Order: sequence, then C-alpha cells, then structure tokens
Amino acid sequence: MTGPGQVRPVALSEVFATTVTDAAAMGFVLARLPKSAAPVLWVQDRLSAKEAGQPYPPGMGAERQLIWVHVSHSSDALWAMEEGLRCHALGAVVGEIWGAPKALSFTATKRLAMRAEAAGVSCWLIRRAAPPEVSAARDRWRITSLPSAPHPHDAQSPGVARWQAELFKSRTKKPGTWRVGHDRAADRIHILAPGRDGAVAAADGAHRKRAL
Amino acid sequence: MERWQRQMERTGNAPSEDLPTALVADGPHGQVIHATNRAARLAGIATGARVVDMRAVCPELRVEYADLAGDAQALKRLSLWARRWCPWTVVDGADGLILETTGSDHLMGGEAAMLTEMEARLSTLGLSARLAVAPTWGAAWALARFGPVRAICTEESCAADLHALPVAALRLEAETVLLLRRLGLKTIGQLAEVPRLSLTRRFARSALEMNPPMRLDQAMGRLAEPVASVEARAPILAQARLPEPIQDPTAYVPQLCEEVCAQLEHQGLGCRQLHLVVYRTDGEVRRLEVATAAPSREPVHLCRLFQDRLERLDPGFGFDLITLEARRVEPIATVQTQLGGGGEGGVPLSHLIDRLTARLGPRAVKRPQLRESHLPERAAVWAAEQGAGATAVQARPIRLLHPPEEVRVLYAVPEGPPAQFVWRRQTHRVVRYAGPERIAPEWWRDRPGTRLRDYFRIEDQAGGRYWLYREGLHEDGRGGDPRWFVHGCFA
Repeated sequence: MTGPGQVRPVALSEVFATTVTDAAAMGFVLARLPKSAAPVLWVQDRLSAKEAGQPYPPGMGAERQLIWVHVSHSSDALWAMEEGLRCHALGAVVGEIWGAPKALSFTATKRLAMRAEAAGVSCWLIRRAAPPEVSAARDRWRITSLPSAPHPHDAQSPGVARWQAELFKSRTKKPGTWRVGHDRAADRIHILAPGRDGAVAAADGAHRKRAL
Repeated sequence: MERWQRQMERTGNAPSEDLPTALVADGPHGQVIHATNRAARLAGIATGARVVDMRAVCPELRVEYADLAGDAQALKRLSLWARRWCPWTVVDGADGLILETTGSDHLMGGEAAMLTEMEARLSTLGLSARLAVAPTWGAAWALARFGPVRAICTEESCAADLHALPVAALRLEAETVLLLRRLGLKTIGQLAEVPRLSLTRRFARSALEMNPPMRLDQAMGRLAEPVASVEARAPILAQARLPEPIQDPTAYVPQLCEEVCAQLEHQGLGCRQLHLVVYRTDGEVRRLEVATAAPSREPVHLCRLFQDRLERLDPGFGFDLITLEARRVEPIATVQTQLGGGGEGGVPLSHLIDRLTARLGPRAVKRPQLRESHLPERAAVWAAEQGAGATAVQARPIRLLHPPEEVRVLYAVPEGPPAQFVWRRQTHRVVRYAGPERIAPEWWRDRPGTRLRDYFRIEDQAGGRYWLYREGLHEDGRGGDPRWFVHGCFA
C-alpha cells in the first residue's frame, strides 16, 4: 500500500474540499476510482449540485459508466448510497453531501463503512462546507488545489493539475501531507515531493513505506 | 385445394385442370376426401366421402395427401394479411376468417364495394372466397356457406335472411343436424318457429356445438359472441377482494405480486410496468405505477418497489378491492450465470436502478448520454438510458455549473481573457490562461441572435482552475457588451 496513489481502498473514505468551488476533491476521487468498466453510482444532494456543479461526463473520461442520482435531501442521498452498496456489480459509490446534516451522523457513516467492506465496493464521501466532525470513515482526506505544473509548450497556460493531499485521519495508514500531481492522460496520481509537514518530511521513504 | 394447385404449379408438375383430383385426409375408417377440384366435383366426388367409394364412381381420380398443418399456417398468415381491410381479424375454424369490419367498411365505399374488393384481392392470390356481411359471427358463417353470393345482411333482415337456410348453417355437429332433420326441422326458419321451451328442454344438457337454440341465439345476436383477435392477450392480473374496507394495502401486496409473477412465469414473460389499483368505497379509484429497468418476475423485488410508495396512496374511507396488473410485458429468458447454479452475490444492477427510481422518482436517477454537439451543455445530457456518442477532443472540465453563473470581470485586452473576475463575491486574479476556444451557436437549433462563446481555461492565484466564457463580441450587433460566465471547474 502506498499513500495517495493506492488504487482500491475497499472502505469508506471521506474527502473534504477546502473551498466550495474547488474541483480538486472530485478530481482526486475520480483518479482513485477503480479502473474497471463497472458503473459508478454518483449521488448528489441538491445543494452540492447547485453550488458546486454537476459531474460532467466528457471531462471525466467517457468510458466510465455513470449512474447519477440527484436528490434533494441528504437523508435520501445516504439511503441511495446504502442501496448502491448492496449491489456488487457497481465499481464504486460516490456521494456528495453538503454541510453537516443531522442525517450524516457517526452511525450513518459507520453503516456506510461496514456495508462498503461487506460488499467489496469502495465508497467515497465528498464533503463541502463541512467541519471534520467525528466519523467512521477509514480514511479522511483534505484536498486543495495548488498552482498547476508548468505547461511544456505554453508558459501562459495551466499544465498538469497539482493538489495538496492531506490525510488527516486514517485507520490503517500514517497521516501526512503530500503534494501530488495528476496525470490526466494516464489517469494516475504521483507524489511530487514531501510537503512541509515536519513528521513526514523528517522521515525517509523507507520509514513511510513501513508505516503506511 | 387451391393452395395445393398453386404449389404444384410452382414446382412445375401441376396436373391439368380437367383431370379430377382430390386431396385426402385420414379419417376413422380409412382415407376420406378433404378437398376436390372442379373436374372432380363435376364427376360427382363429394367432400367427406371415403376414397374407395369415390374411386368406384370415378376410376381416373387422382388422389394426393392434404397438408392440414400447412393449411392452418397459411390461414393464420392470411388472417394477418386481411388486416388491410379492418384491424380486428380472427381465424374461424379450419377454413374461415372473421373480420370485424364495423366502422371500416366506409373506407372501401360501403359494404358491397368492400366485398367486391376482397374477392378481387383474394382471387389475385389464387384463392376463391365466399363472402358475407352480417351483424353476428353465426349469421356471417351461415350466409357465407349457404347463402347467396356476397350476401349483405343487416340487423333487421337477419331473421329473414337466415329463414330459408338449412339447419346445418347453424354450425351444428352432423349428428345434431341429422336429429333435427328427423324431427322435420330442415331450415332455420322452421327451427325458430318451434316453441322455445320444448327445444330448450330437449337440448338443455348439450354442449354448444350440439345445442340448436343457443346456436340460433348466437346467429340472431341474442347471445354474445365476441371476436377475439389473435394478438389480443389476456391481461396478467391479480385481484384481492376484501370482506371489509381497509386503509393499508401493505399486507396484500406480496400475495398479489406472487400471483402475477406465477402468471408471468407460466407465459415466459417479465413485466416492465406494474399498476396497483385500489377501488375505494366512496367510488374513487387510486392507482400506483412502478416501472422496472429490465423485465422481471421476481415477487420479492417487485414487492419492494411498492414498499415506499404505498403510504402515498390516498385510501380515503378505505377500499375493498385491490388489483395488480402487469401492463408492459416482455419475454425474458432464464439465464444461468454460474455453473453451480447460484446467482452472483448482491443485488443485480437493474434491481438497484428500479429501487432508486421507485423511491426517488424517475427524474432523480439518470445516466449520461453523449451527443455530437460542441456546446458543452448539449454534448452530454442526462437521460434514462446510457448512450454512447462522440467524446470531446478538447479539454473539458469535470464539473459543469447548470446554469452558468455570471461574473464581473476586469479586462486586460478587450478580446483576451480577463485580468481578474469576481465570482460569488470573491475576487479571483487570473494567473494563467489557455484559450480562447470559440464555440459558435448552433444556428439550426438556437434562436436568431444567439451569441457565440469564447471559452478560456483559467487558473487563479490560489490554483483554482475554472472554465470561463465570454458570450458575444464587442459590437457584434447582438446586444450590448459581452457578458462573462463561469461554466465549470477543472480538477
């Protein structure tokens, strides 16, 4: 198991977007979805779709099958995600929940996590405008956009996307902060350099590998 | 006979028309004559007689086997072909067609003209036909076989037209006809004059084919005999009649689902649409409708589709009859997915979509359909079915705002990207940009005056990557100053 580049975490993971309009969290989730033809159930509540936009398939890679569920309440979104986790034919279940609704309690996340583990389907929660309250998610990430890599041919234009991925709570891995780049053509994440986080920066690669 | 003649002609070894020929079928006491040609009829060959007897009458008779199954097939095909005249046709016995022409005769210029046209059309197929129009099935049968050529009979003239026909015209069995002849009742008119009471007593226990009064009633239209078309399928329906009006149908739905599924399984079908109707005691009817993504006949699954919706049913003062009907049915084949016989773990994908659709509504569950369009919002639309189309060549954002949100911009150069823009009360300074990518309006779909769009991929000082566009150009004659919108976000 490696850090952010790990392919298939079969559990519930939470991703927090630092700002509402930042699509880095979604890009991070997309890059880590299993690379299979199995359809992805994408559940959005109304505010997420209104404030942060809808997923746009031409930009997400057209070969990925998508089932988009658009509901008005977060409780319905959680119900739809739980239903999706009963279906083993899905590749992944992604939910976008706005804020910190009552329905998304510790119990609800625990249910999601256990269902995801039982079904072997990875489940992702994208949270916006939400404080990181107590949750049963196995991994909790905070993703922020960084200025992109220089474009190889055009100094003016934005290049490969770069994010700061902060794993601030995890059950199986050691938390840390990484600066990662997203290679869109190969659809993979690579670690650029250790961030300014002291603990991670002090440890060398061997130590981190063992701890993770 | 005519079908056989045409087949023989096609193979090139058709006998001469003048040679008496007969088709035979196996009877209980040896072969009997099934059909004859004109020469054989003139030679005195009777249909239904034994072949050995007829050989004695006409030694040069040529005998061939009749293809009864083939005849039945051909008649069925002909009944479908006869839908050119009316929409409701059905095969009648081994040698007849019934066409329900009510309301369609005027299209051919009246009933007489219609019969003439039918005869002409059938004769081009090489078939001779005896036609009659009558208000009932029985009367039409009788007039076509025993009545005048192209008989037309109305409601009023029905009794008079049938009066002189023999009793065999009532679609009775030979023994019953013989019995009636022995009783001295040779025509339908004579039969109708016999007091009804004694006739009914005589034939009270007999089946329909041996029951002259009932056959007479059918011919006169006193006993209904509907024409059931070949395509009309009996509804797949289950009912629960309740002794007392109740408010909550939940307890009855599983049983109804099981009954419907048993019927579906019997016919090898699966339902796509289920209607649950409750008949309320106050004279109102309330219905619920669920649909499935793939044909299904699993009672547990179908029952679960109703689970969350039964509470939305308005029961009023209660209801005492519940019906469940499979409206749209499709054939499904039973497929074994694993060698061991067990299914895959978990719920099938179609069941998941059904469950989501049933609870959240059909508009909440959608799949992307990619279309060939340059306009981003038209290139991918959300629909009920997944559809593949052209994929974008240019860089496209992963999120799209719907609708695009207008921003205030500060220009650096009029035709270039903005230096800075204010979106949702936050100022974003443009650090890097790519573009413009010009997307012209689709003139064949858009209203006149729609402005073109220049898209820019923009990165702000914090690393946020957005997709902005300028709608229109300066002084393009389509409105005032161009406006700027945010349309999406890149990862």
